[in-house]
Amino acid sequence: MGAALRDVVMRDLTLALRRRADVLTTLFFFVIVASLFPLGIGPEMKTLRLMGPGVVWVAALLASMLSLGRLFSADYADGSLEQLVLAPQPLAVVVLGKVLAHWLVSGLPLVLMAPLLGIQYGLSPRALGILVLTLLLGTPVLSLIGAVGAALTLGLRGGGVLVSLLVLPLYVPVLIFGAGAVEAGINGLGAQAHLSLLGAVLVPSLILAPWAAGWALRISLE
Amino acid sequence: MLEVVDLVCVRGERCLFQDLSFQLEAGELLYVQGPNGSGKTTLLRALCGLVLPESGEVRWKSQNIRRLGEEYHRELAYVGHLNGVKDELTAYENLRVMGRLHGVATDSGRAEAALKRLELSACAELPGKVLSQGQKRRVALASLLLAPKALWIMDEPFNALDVKAVGIMQGLLSEHLDGGGMAVLTTHQEVEIIGHRARHVRLSA
Repeated sequence: MGAALRDVVMRDLTLALRRRADVLTTLFFFVIVASLFPLGIGPEMKTLRLMGPGVVWVAALLASMLSLGRLFSADYADGSLEQLVLAPQPLAVVVLGKVLAHWLVSGLPLVLMAPLLGIQYGLSPRALGILVLTLLLGTPVLSLIGAVGAALTLGLRGGGVLVSLLVLPLYVPVLIFGAGAVEAGINGLGAQAHLSLLGAVLVPSLILAPWAAGWALRISLE
Repeated sequence: MLEVVDLVCVRGERCLFQDLSFQLEAGELLYVQGPNGSGKTTLLRALCGLVLPESGEVRWKSQNIRRLGEEYHRELAYVGHLNGVKDELTAYENLRVMGRLHGVATDSGRAEAALKRLELSACAELPGKVLSQGQKRRVALASLLLAPKALWIMDEPFNALDVKAVGIMQGLLSEHLDGGGMAVLTTHQEVEIIGHRARHVRLSA
């Protein structure tokens, strides 16, 4: 099972590496959205510091959603998704592998870029640290929940819009706890509670989402 | 071995076929025939477990394939209407990736052997996007050889193939059946597989 997971991750990473433009689109989107806000709001440090965590989080959320369309659609179009479903491996493991690879190319870069963007908002080093930590816990959840939405809307016309409608409400708790943790950290309240809640969202999604997405894929393939 | 019992498949509002029953023993070949839109592809997909039939069941070794799940997939090789060949990967990488999914070790030389058998050695290092339709089809068919599978299910395997490749495929099928394998295929041209019992299922529009 571990071998199957690794094989699927390697497969998708190789594919992503050969189509770098797609990966960079997500990252550029994130950087540009998060950089536009300070320009629009003006150099008022106090306001920026207040908005920073929320803006970075919303940008990460939108960027992550933007990349969801790629998760299964290419494999669906060329028929390799059928082969993945018919492979003698548990489908949940295959899906988990795909989600993991997806997070590595479209979630992890956001986490790594976040401190740079946070500086624009005058966040303290401590707040930046918490921001990175929340994104590290939160972006995998975005990919996992997003995978279920992407699988459900596979092959539908206007699937891109539908997936946002399906997935965005489910992203709300992640956004609240993620941005909330950084704010609590800034205000000296301690981010522990928010981080624990984020972790508590991550664990069940890690277990349930691959299974649910696999089930949704079977339906979409019918 | 493969048993289909009272299978009914419905697409949208339309009933494609009903009460379809047949069985396939080791070493037998099944042709699924019928005009366009008669449900040939749906039948093959139902045999793989990709389509859930309205009623009836598909059994492998007297067990419902739904219950067998991955155990059934271990014995099944499916070449669909789409080739499942990634444009970004070379022909060889495509086969290696497919092989890994079926538990074939990368260094087993099976991918190379499969490419050679389908006379694709010359384009092994070419990416999928520059391969011709026929070459892609050959890559998809080469995946049948990656791991020994008891049941081959093929949707129009001879599409886009040239005469020589059809000959190669006939040879492969013949060997597969000789070895006690089973094959189900749809085809427009009746391609003779000499010396084997062929069954026919005819679907009407």
